[in-house]
Amino acid sequence: MTFHDLTIQEIHQKLRSGELTSVKLTQDCLERIKATDGRLNAFITVCEDEALTAAAVADQQLAAGHEKLLTGIPVAVKDIFNTLDVRTTCASKILDNYVSPYDATTVTKLREQGAVIVGKLNMDEFAMGSSGENSAAGVVHNPWDTERVPGGSSSGSAAAVAAGQVVATLGTDTGGSVRQPASHCGVVGFKPTYGRVSRYGVVAFASSLDQVGPIAGNVEDCALMLGVIAGYDPADSTSVDCPVPDYLKNLKTGVAGKKIGLPKEYFIAGLDPDIKKAVDAAIATYRKLGAEIIEVSLPHTDYSVACYYLIAMAEASSNLARYDGVRFGMRQDTGEGLIGMYQQTRTAGFGDEVKRRIMLGTYALSSGYYDAYYLKAQKVRTLIREDFRTVFEQVDLLLTPVAPTPAFKIGKMVDDPLQMYLSDIFTIPTNLAGTCAMSLPCGFSGEGLPIGLQLIGKPFAEAEILQAAYAFEQATDWSDRAPGL
Amino acid sequence: MNSRYEVVIGLEVHVQLTTKTKIFCGCSTEFGQPTNSQTCPVCLGLPGALPVLNRQVVEDAIKAGLATNCQIAPHSIFARKNYFYPDLPKGYQISQFELPICEHGWMDIETEGLGKKRVGITRIHMEEDAGKLLHNDGNSSAVDLNRACTPLLEVVSEPDMRSSDEAISYLKQLHQIVVYLGICDGNLEEGSFRCDANVSIRPWGQKELGTRSELKNLNSFRFIKQAIEYEVERQIDVVDEGGQVVQETRLFDPDAGVSRSMRSKEEAHDYRYFPDPDLLPLDVSEDWIKRVRDSLPELPQVKILRYQNSMGLPTYAAEVLAAERPLAEYFEALVNHYDKPKLCSNWVMGEVLGALKDNQMEVVDCPVSPELLAGILLRIDDNTISGKIAKMVFEEIWRSGKTADQVIEEKGLKQVTDIGAIEAIVDEVIAANPSPVAEYQAGKEKLMSFFVGQVMKASKGKANPGMANQLLKKKLSA
Repeated sequence: MTFHDLTIQEIHQKLRSGELTSVKLTQDCLERIKATDGRLNAFITVCEDEALTAAAVADQQLAAGHEKLLTGIPVAVKDIFNTLDVRTTCASKILDNYVSPYDATTVTKLREQGAVIVGKLNMDEFAMGSSGENSAAGVVHNPWDTERVPGGSSSGSAAAVAAGQVVATLGTDTGGSVRQPASHCGVVGFKPTYGRVSRYGVVAFASSLDQVGPIAGNVEDCALMLGVIAGYDPADSTSVDCPVPDYLKNLKTGVAGKKIGLPKEYFIAGLDPDIKKAVDAAIATYRKLGAEIIEVSLPHTDYSVACYYLIAMAEASSNLARYDGVRFGMRQDTGEGLIGMYQQTRTAGFGDEVKRRIMLGTYALSSGYYDAYYLKAQKVRTLIREDFRTVFEQVDLLLTPVAPTPAFKIGKMVDDPLQMYLSDIFTIPTNLAGTCAMSLPCGFSGEGLPIGLQLIGKPFAEAEILQAAYAFEQATDWSDRAPGL
Repeated sequence: MNSRYEVVIGLEVHVQLTTKTKIFCGCSTEFGQPTNSQTCPVCLGLPGALPVLNRQVVEDAIKAGLATNCQIAPHSIFARKNYFYPDLPKGYQISQFELPICEHGWMDIETEGLGKKRVGITRIHMEEDAGKLLHNDGNSSAVDLNRACTPLLEVVSEPDMRSSDEAISYLKQLHQIVVYLGICDGNLEEGSFRCDANVSIRPWGQKELGTRSELKNLNSFRFIKQAIEYEVERQIDVVDEGGQVVQETRLFDPDAGVSRSMRSKEEAHDYRYFPDPDLLPLDVSEDWIKRVRDSLPELPQVKILRYQNSMGLPTYAAEVLAAERPLAEYFEALVNHYDKPKLCSNWVMGEVLGALKDNQMEVVDCPVSPELLAGILLRIDDNTISGKIAKMVFEEIWRSGKTADQVIEEKGLKQVTDIGAIEAIVDEVIAANPSPVAEYQAGKEKLMSFFVGQVMKASKGKANPGMANQLLKKKLSA
C-alpha cells in the first residue's frame, strides 16, 4: 500500500470504508521507515509501540464513527517539539536523553485530532542550519539523491514526507527551515504568520522569528494540517487571537484576477538557471490561470541576511543559556567548580554551529556593541517589514524562488558557513516581516532535483496563499513525482 | 555628620509582591512549601516553555507607582538580563530595563531637624525572582525553585539621601506604603522587602558624585543603618589615607558588623539586556490607571494629617494609629460607631494595643471588635459605668465576646446613682477613718481622693465617683 498519491481526506475515505485500517497504515509506515531510513536518517526516534497503540485507538474511533481531522493518520514531528514520554533531543548531545514532562501545544492539537505520532524527526541541532548536516544524530540525506542534503533545519520533516515514511510532518521555520527543505525534497511546506501557531513547547531558537509549520505531500494536506495547528494559545503571549478560517473550504477559489508581485531583488543575476527556468514557467502558469503579474520592489532585501543572523543569533545566545547542566540534560563535571561544570557541559554538549551562533549572538548583545549590531538590526527589520507592508498595498501575493540553488552535495558547504547562510536569502525576509509564505514544487533541475516555488502572502492571509498554491498544483504535475528510493 | 565629607546614598529596594501566583506562570507563591513543589515547565525554565504575564503584578506595580507619585508608562517593555547562576533556571532573568512601568516619582520623608525632605524615585520596574540555593555540606548544593518566578518590584531611588537616618526614614516610609497598599507582606527576614544601598562620599560643595560602592545582604533596618555607617567610615578612611574608593559590590556581614568586597567593577557582569521576544510590549491604558487610582487606599501620610486636622488628635497618636493599615481601619471603624475620636484614640492606644501586645495578637484578630468597644464607650458616656468598670467590661468582652450591655447586666456592674445608697457608704467610710478625717478637716484636702477611693472600693467600683465626691465634700466640711 502506498499513500503517496492519496490526500489525507482520501485516506480517510478508505479508513471509513474499511478498505484500510490505521494499524495497517501505521505498520506500512513503520516498515517503510525500516526500509529507507538507513539511507535517509530522517528519524531520531521512532515510537513504534506508541504509534501502534494510537493507531488501534484510532481504528476504534473510526469504527465508532468518531472521526476527526487526523484520526488514524501517521504523522511525525521534528525533534524540537516537546512530547510527553518520548525524548526530545533537538538533535543535540546536550539534550540526548531529555524527556519532557509535557506536550507542545501543537502536539496536543495533533493528538486531539486523532493523529498517530510515529516518531521524532532529525534536524539541524537546535534548528541551526540549512542542510541537515549539523545534527548530533548524524547527517540527513535527500531522498531524491542521497549524496545530497535535504535542506534544513527541518531536514527529517521534509525527507520523511518525500520518502513516503509518513503522511505529513511538523517542522519549524525561523529563516526558511520549513520551506527550504520542502523545496529541496519536492514537497509542500508552510510558514504561517508569526503568532498564527502556538510556539509553546517548541524548543526556542530565535523567539521573534520561530514559527511552526506543516510539511505535506500536497497543498490540500498542508491546508488541513495548518487548520489543525493554527489558533490562539493563551500559553504563548505572542500568539494572536485572530479567527482561523477553514482552509479547506475555499481551497479551489483560484487566482483569476489576483495580483501577483515579482520582487525584482529576488530575481538576481547568478540565480541558478534551472531555478530561473522553473520559476519563469510557474509565472507563465499563473498568467494562464488569470493572475496579473506585476514587478515590484522590496528595497531592503540586501540587508535581510545580515539583519536576520544578528537577531537570530542574539536571541539564540540567550535562549540556549538554560542548557547549563544544572537541572536537566547532559552534565560534564570533573570537579572544577561551577564555572568549570558550565564550560565542560556546554563545550561537550553543543555542536560547532550552535557554539558559533551563541558566541556571535553574545557578542552582538554585549555592552558597547549592542547599538551597532542588535539595535541596528532591529531598525533594519522595521524597514524590511515596511517593505512588505508597502508592497502588499499593490499586490495580493509575491512569487519568488525558495532557494538560490537546488539541493547541494553533502559536505560542500560545511566549511563555508557564510555561503551556507546565503542559502536562506529568499526565505529569511518573510520571517523578519513576520508574514506567511509557502514552498511548493515547481519543477526539476537537469539533475532531477526538485525545485520549489515560494508564495508569500499578507499577514494572516494563509488562505489566499493556499488557494494560489492549489490552483498551481492542479495545473501542473510536479507534485505527482516521487523519488526512486 | 562629618565635617569634611558629604554622604550620598541611593537605595534599590526589592519588594516581593503578595500575588497568589507567580509573575509568568500559574504556580502558587506560598512561602515555606516543600522544595520544588511549586514549579512547572515555565518557572523551571524547561525547553519550550513560555512566560505569560500575570496582570495582577502590573496592577500592583501601578499602585506602587501612583503611591510614590510616579508617572505610569503607557508602554513598557520586559527585557532579559542574562547571566549564569544555578538558581536562575533560564540563564536570564526577565526584568525591565529601558522602558520600566513607573518613572520620575518621589516621596517626602521625615528627617531629623530638617523637617520634610523630598527623595526622588528614579524608577519602579517588575521582574521575576530567582530560586534559592541550599548548601547541603561542603561539597554539594541543591536548588529550590519554589521562589523562582515570584514577582518583585524593584524601586530605585535617586541618590538623594545624605545620612543613614535619612535612608532608614525613606525605607520605613516605602515599607509602610507597600504594606498599606496590600501588595507586600513587608517581612524583611523572609526577604519580602530587600534593600541594596549605593553609598559614596564627596567633599562638601563638590557637585560630582564620588565613586560608589553597592552594599548587599541588608535584611533589617538595623543592619542597613550599620552597614551604611560602616561603609561611610571605611570610605573616609580610604580617602584620608590618600587612597581612592573603587567601584565594587560589598556584602555586609551582620555578625561581624563589617562588609567585604564581593566583586569589583571589572568583574561586574555584562548582562546583555535586550527586549524579551517572548513577551509583547505592555500597554497600560489611561482607563486602567484611573481604575487603580480610584481603588487606592488613603495612604498613611494623608491619614496622619486628617487625624490631626479634622479629628484633633495629637501628632503622636495620629502617627501610631495610622502606622499600620489594620489598626487605622480598626480605629476608623470605632469612630464610625462612636464619634468622639479622642476618646476612641485613647482606648485604642491604651486598652486595645495593650491587650493585643499582652496576648501577642494582631489587630485583625482582636476579639473586641470596634462595634463591641463602641458599646462600652457609650455606657461610659451615659454614666451607666465608670471608666474603671469599663476596663473590667473590656476584659470580660475580650474573654467572652459578649456585648457591653450583656456583661454589665450579668455582672451587675451598673453604676450606683441612688443617692441614699451612696450616702450610706460615705457614712461608713467616714466612720471607719477617723484620723484621715481629722487631717482633712485640718486642711489636707488632698486626702479627698483617698476617701473617694474608699467609697469606690466599698461599692466594688459601682458608685458614681462624681456623686461620691460631692457627698464626701458635703459631709466632711459639715
